[in-house]
Amino acid sequence: MTLPRQRRARRQRAFRIVTFVVLGAFFLIPLVSMVDFSTRGTAGSGRTGEAWGALLHDPELTAAIITSLELAALTVIGMVLLLVPTMVWVRLRVQWAARMVEFLCLLPLTIPALVIVVGIAPVYAWVTYFLGGSALTLTFAYVVLVLPYAFRSLDAGLSAIDLTTLSEAARSLGAGWFTVIARVVVPNIVSALLSAAFISVALVLGEFTFASLLHYDNLQVVIAFFGKSNAKVSVSASLAALIFGFVLLLLLSLLGRGRKGRRTTAIEPLAVTTPAGKEVKG
Amino acid sequence: MSASALETREGVEVRLEGLHREFSGVRALDGLDLTLRPGELVALLGPSGCGKTTALRLVAGLDDPDSGRVVVGDRDVTHVPANRRDMGMVFQAYSLFPHLTAQQNVEFGLKLRRVDRSKRAGRARQMLELVGLASQADRFASQLSGGQQQRVALARALAIQPAVLLLDEPLSALDAKVRAQLRDEIRRVQLEVGTTTLFVTHDQEEALSISDRVGVMNQGRLEQLAPPEELYTAPSTAFVAAFVGLMNRIPCRVEAGRASVLGATVRVTDRSVTSGEGIAMVRPEQLVVEASDAGSAEVLQVSFLGSVTHVRVRTADGHELLSQANGAEAARLTVHTPVRVRLVADQLLVSSD
Repeated sequence: MTLPRQRRARRQRAFRIVTFVVLGAFFLIPLVSMVDFSTRGTAGSGRTGEAWGALLHDPELTAAIITSLELAALTVIGMVLLLVPTMVWVRLRVQWAARMVEFLCLLPLTIPALVIVVGIAPVYAWVTYFLGGSALTLTFAYVVLVLPYAFRSLDAGLSAIDLTTLSEAARSLGAGWFTVIARVVVPNIVSALLSAAFISVALVLGEFTFASLLHYDNLQVVIAFFGKSNAKVSVSASLAALIFGFVLLLLLSLLGRGRKGRRTTAIEPLAVTTPAGKEVKG
Repeated sequence: MSASALETREGVEVRLEGLHREFSGVRALDGLDLTLRPGELVALLGPSGCGKTTALRLVAGLDDPDSGRVVVGDRDVTHVPANRRDMGMVFQAYSLFPHLTAQQNVEFGLKLRRVDRSKRAGRARQMLELVGLASQADRFASQLSGGQQQRVALARALAIQPAVLLLDEPLSALDAKVRAQLRDEIRRVQLEVGTTTLFVTHDQEEALSISDRVGVMNQGRLEQLAPPEELYTAPSTAFVAAFVGLMNRIPCRVEAGRASVLGATVRVTDRSVTSGEGIAMVRPEQLVVEASDAGSAEVLQVSFLGSVTHVRVRTADGHELLSQANGAEAARLTVHTPVRVRLVADQLLVSSD
């Protein structure tokens, strides 16, 4: 009885280790190669941090990095301000619209970015007219772009709490709608909010199509540009963007764990399962 | 534990006037009138769908009536939003804010009212003491049992010194033992703070045991509003009679205000059929069953329930009756024992249906 079970356990362990090693290699080798390539000295000899230094010193690149980070922050703010009140309202007051809102939020997922950008270009003529030509106006497009991912995450977060009862309890205690959302709903969906925010950041940092076709210089556009002139800088910037994403993910899961110690209802961060990785491309 | 004396607020009168509410064609409330006296605990009792919860939600401001008014004291609050109504509410579902401790939950309403920190903490502590949970003040909802959560919810609702306390089936999610305990606790606390309270429940034992008056609702209307004893001993309608406690329905004839039931002649109540055929409402304890060889009825079933025993009998004309017997008498009864059934009642409700 025990022998086959032990053998099975051993075989399972072996399978796990092999899987781990193979997949780990699959993910790590390109990253290590990027490190190797971006630090290679001229004429193939020695090591140099020149390409990495460019991230801080090349004015074009640093500008693009700052633009992308600003865009990421603005997109997160826009997404939260748009989605949280809407989703709370839909759940509490206009349930008949729930399907429609879900459909609308998931729509950007089904339409290729290229198609959206062609459709959105005339609208952006007006955005530029009213708000000027700053790259930060991309925020509007990016908020739409991150809707499906953020929606999924927030939807899970809101499903995990008894929104109706909590909001009614808060209201009977004297809370207006703003207070209900800010002091009762938001603190109880922090994990979901964080994961929605992280997905949005990862998406924005990896976004190329919109920016390129609407002629704005964000990180990916500049990386692509550098790819033609200085491949090493391009690779180091890509890797930096990826690492930034990893760090965010790590922080997120740590935060999630910290909260779980306090209460058992904490929601697992969803970020691990998102397709954000494919967006963060080099 | 000699904290400063509990600040309480005088109970106020609450009036529900002609409340109507329809949900997509279904009448949830069909002209509800109800007045709660200052400091009184009134239970609304009824089967699911009778409109009792709707009534409570209209008072709370969580729903709007199609017509009618809600008046608290001398203030018409019909169109005042829930957050400005000054009502404390305890819900059926656990409603503590999960991200706050028990203490912080109780402080929540005070914080919104900008009560300063030390006063807030003191009052919250006092409320937690009142519900016997001072030692659990730093726990989160997930670390409290269901009964404890509802106690904190009660403390939270009362901390703001509401004009009215609304209890929406606060005990339904708890198990039987905790339910009975918390029920008495709620009554004790309510008497202590003296807040006018509306208590919605589908459990008649709950309603009868802790209320000053009980309103029985049916199809969006109030059937009867009376103190528990009166509701039980003198139900005014057949619905109330059947809904509250157990009731035998015995066909009978009424002549000149007197009904002939099981060989006895008994006065009928005011709201009864005055003459002709009717159905007499008879409580099991109003029927005395005695073993007798000459008896024309037969025992069908004997159920021992602890303090009393229920005896189901079949009369000569085929009616099944439920009667109640005490231990000594019940011991002599077994299935098929011939028995005599005697009616012991001063007056009876005889309804037409």
